[in-house]
Amino acid sequence: MSATAVHSLWTTASGVTSAAPDEKFKAPVIEYTQLAPVLIVIGVAVLGVLVEAFVPRRARYYTQVFLTVVALVAAFAAVVGLAAGGYGTTKAHIAAMGAVAVDGPSLFLQGVILLTSLVAVFTFAERRLDPEAHGNRVDSFAAQAASVPGSDSEKAAVRAGFTTTEVFPLVLFSVAGMLVFPAANDLLTLFVALEVFSLPLYLLCAVARRKRLMSQESAVKYFLLGAFSSAFLLFGIALLYGYAGSVSYAQIATVVDGSIQRTDPALADTMGNDALLLIGGAMILTGLLFKVGAVPFHMWTPDVYQGAPTPVTGFMAAATKVAAFGALLRLLYVVLPGLTWDLRPVMWGIAIVTMVGGAVVAITQTDIKRLLAYSSIAHAGFILAGVIAATPDGISSVLFYLGTYSFVTVGAFAVVTLVRDAGGEATHLSKWAGLGRRSPLVAAVFAVFLLAFAGIPLTSGFSGKFAVFKAAADGGAGGLVVVGVISSAIAAFFYIRVIVLMFFSEPKADGPTVAVPSPLTMTTIAVGVAVTVVLGLAPQYFLDLASQAGTFVR
Amino acid sequence: MSFPLLTATAALPAIGAVATAAVPAARRTAAKWLGLAFSLGTLVLAGIALARFEPGGDRFQLTESHAWIKDFGVRYELGVDGIGLALMALTALLIPFVILAGWHDADPLETNSSRWRPTQGFFALILMVEAMVILSFEATDVFLFYILFEAMLIPMYFLIGGFGDRAHSGSDENAAAQRSYAAVKFLLYNLVGGLIMLAAVIGLYVVAGSFSLSEIAEARANGSLSMATGTERWLFLGFFFAFAVKAPLWPLHTWLPNAMGEATSPVAVLITAVVDKVGTFAMLRFCLQLFPEASKWATPVILVLALISIVYGALLAVGQRDIKRLIAYASISHFGFIILGIFAMTSQGQSGATLYMVNHGISTAALMLVAGFLITRRGSRLISDYGGVQKVAPVLAGTFLIGGLATLSLPGLAPFVSEFLVLVGAFAAYPAAGIVATTGIVLAAIYVLVLYQRTMTGPVKAEVQGMADLKARELVVVVPLIALLLFLGVYPKPLTEIVNPAVQHTMSDVQKKDPQPEVEAAK
Repeated sequence: MSATAVHSLWTTASGVTSAAPDEKFKAPVIEYTQLAPVLIVIGVAVLGVLVEAFVPRRARYYTQVFLTVVALVAAFAAVVGLAAGGYGTTKAHIAAMGAVAVDGPSLFLQGVILLTSLVAVFTFAERRLDPEAHGNRVDSFAAQAASVPGSDSEKAAVRAGFTTTEVFPLVLFSVAGMLVFPAANDLLTLFVALEVFSLPLYLLCAVARRKRLMSQESAVKYFLLGAFSSAFLLFGIALLYGYAGSVSYAQIATVVDGSIQRTDPALADTMGNDALLLIGGAMILTGLLFKVGAVPFHMWTPDVYQGAPTPVTGFMAAATKVAAFGALLRLLYVVLPGLTWDLRPVMWGIAIVTMVGGAVVAITQTDIKRLLAYSSIAHAGFILAGVIAATPDGISSVLFYLGTYSFVTVGAFAVVTLVRDAGGEATHLSKWAGLGRRSPLVAAVFAVFLLAFAGIPLTSGFSGKFAVFKAAADGGAGGLVVVGVISSAIAAFFYIRVIVLMFFSEPKADGPTVAVPSPLTMTTIAVGVAVTVVLGLAPQYFLDLASQAGTFVR
Repeated sequence: MSFPLLTATAALPAIGAVATAAVPAARRTAAKWLGLAFSLGTLVLAGIALARFEPGGDRFQLTESHAWIKDFGVRYELGVDGIGLALMALTALLIPFVILAGWHDADPLETNSSRWRPTQGFFALILMVEAMVILSFEATDVFLFYILFEAMLIPMYFLIGGFGDRAHSGSDENAAAQRSYAAVKFLLYNLVGGLIMLAAVIGLYVVAGSFSLSEIAEARANGSLSMATGTERWLFLGFFFAFAVKAPLWPLHTWLPNAMGEATSPVAVLITAVVDKVGTFAMLRFCLQLFPEASKWATPVILVLALISIVYGALLAVGQRDIKRLIAYASISHFGFIILGIFAMTSQGQSGATLYMVNHGISTAALMLVAGFLITRRGSRLISDYGGVQKVAPVLAGTFLIGGLATLSLPGLAPFVSEFLVLVGAFAAYPAAGIVATTGIVLAAIYVLVLYQRTMTGPVKAEVQGMADLKARELVVVVPLIALLLFLGVYPKPLTEIVNPAVQHTMSDVQKKDPQPEVEAAK
């Protein structure tokens, strides 16, 4: 009996559809120009796959690098064009049948993602750091990802001079996902974007040339935990659909507000059920906080950051964080503003444990990549303090912080790729002793990045930190600011420890050397330093940009 | 638009720092001369500022104001009152001597690396510190001040950790470890203070909506800004904590002996005579002006801490076996006097405190630099390694004695005037505090004279036998400082003339009037 009832309900619903086919089935309208940044990146990524299939092996590297750079630059130009055309402010609207929001935060974050990806891709393309293998210049990626580490086929692949040029289309796919992620305007698009940017990242983590087992291990960890968090997200989406009868952000928001009571007959039992909202919302937040790397969902960060090829780590650490915080902001400010008061204690708790936890655990780290991983966790906590502010200032300060942080991160990891010994990159901290004596310039540049991470004035890190703390204090989260400055002090300790090691310790006899990079990596580092200093001294223009971009469209 | 004199005074050493750092590795001597030239140029600019300043004029003079970071409500606002000007001039005056005294301190021991350029770095960092300190004395925007207050830690940190005193006991490795310990301790103490201040700075913005000292003062005066008592106290504590670490006030002082002991003597002078003054200066400028009520509320506790600093610092100085640590503890005692003068809230006390900052800068520089010359000759910082120096190096011993006598505030030398004023100011308001503080003078006599007696008099020790007297470069450093001590000791009027109006302004900010003396003669 009940089965038929359910069935009849289902048929009724579809009966409505069939009753008036021409009204219900409208051809979708796609605003191609407004989606141009994403489309360009995806298009070139697909082209990159074709290049892998048809272009001779010798020419692939140059073709791929060229295509990738062109795609990112063109997409960035498209973003700038859209922003100049007023899509960030007055003409902000929802494109692609409600799937993608083209508004200030989207465009700002897309711009940041594209620029950081561009400089990060330069480190992907770097081929001068590793010694030549059998007369071939090699990059940071395995000769052939599929060959078992240490096997004959691996040796054969190295001898043949194979390189994994697939990383370039993979990066582009990932970037495309990241571009959509903060702009997603319904939960399904959010999920699809999450998978689109995550899956290539899992693969990229696994393809390191050196320490391949570690790299593969990190990829497996990342994949398993990432799949787990995706499941959380998806389950949360299902529950929210049950609650609101829609996956569209605007629809859900109106149901949360209570301003709409149009009940979908198929969901009559569940719609408006607060339990679904709270559990679903919490699960979606879990999925996003995992990507952000907030405590207690941070477990993957150190292992993955350490194991992944360093260029990938830099890209991932910067761009993923930008995309994920963008999505988090939109979710909290557009979909769940009605839940601000319910979520506030939870978010406070998470921000506090993230700031303090990241800073405290980082103190004991002995590997530079793990140290930066924990530092990124602490920074996620600082950004969360701005997210919690729930004011327009909160949005723009978070946008600004993400911009400053991502360039420092890419630059710092680019420096890490330079310090090498016989086993590849020398990431153990003890090997960095006395680096300042041997290579003052590299050590000084790294010190600038560390000082920016530590939030010392006159660096971009300070401007960003000040912006989010000010927003948090304005938004009534003074307690978070106090916790924030205390954990900044803790964090300062380990950044300074690295500086002490580099400048005040005697160099070791068998210490690592600093490889002289090609102009590619130099560009990455130079851009990182320039942004760090400029945003530290004269951040006004970018703050303006961020505050103009600080309004979500619904 | 007039010539931005204050900006130029700070920009010149900053440019000098960049230029000095850019000198090629082999041209070490050129870097030294370049650094010296820039510091002298800065001194000239500071002299012009001194000449253009009208003691009876506006409160803040030579002002500059430009938009900087609109979103944070931050403006690039400069201006000096008498207090800031005096300290700015002191800084500009001391740096050339610091550079001259440290002429050979950063010569590389091993010259095998063509890219390692310690000498250039050393002088560039000194100039960088000078630029930041001068700008912080000029800043009338709280945020601008905060940025400099924090940023100056970084070059200071490299100066302490990167260029240690070569006269050390034990192995090189041990000394390097102690040095980086001292540098990290310095940085962490000050950074924690600074970060707590950051929370208060943000809080101030949330409450006042502006960082401009003049805007906040105006808003307070016309009643549009009123802080709740609790808020004001918390903000005051946030600011004061940072300044007390920097100054340093007991019990936050423990970084100073380490830092001064391990650093080279010129850097030690830079710490205690220049950088630490920012802390006491900021108490006068920011704590009292922004939070007058809370300052009065906290006065009893701060006075007690200042008294503890005076006595405790002096007692520990008596017990030191290391010359430089002795001077460090003496400085802690003197900073106690300065803070006592500031928070006695009398005009004599505050004038005295400001003069004290200047005089202490000059006298400590004289004593510490001569001590540094002595230590470089013998290669040891321990008092027990010396004896009878006055027989082999009479000029060195004589200048050391004058520096020491200035430190114990002998009448006729500059510090006497300021110490006397501070004590008079303290007596007028809090007689008990004045009495306790006076013991500091007695103890100062003990530690200075015992130090002189043990190192300079008595039989000539074998290791001291061949010690050379002061060289021309060293005389150029010491003689002007001593001349200045004598001059300001006999005729302090040029300094008091500049300082007194500024002190009156500060007093009116906290709405304090001097207690009327019961006996006219006490004045």
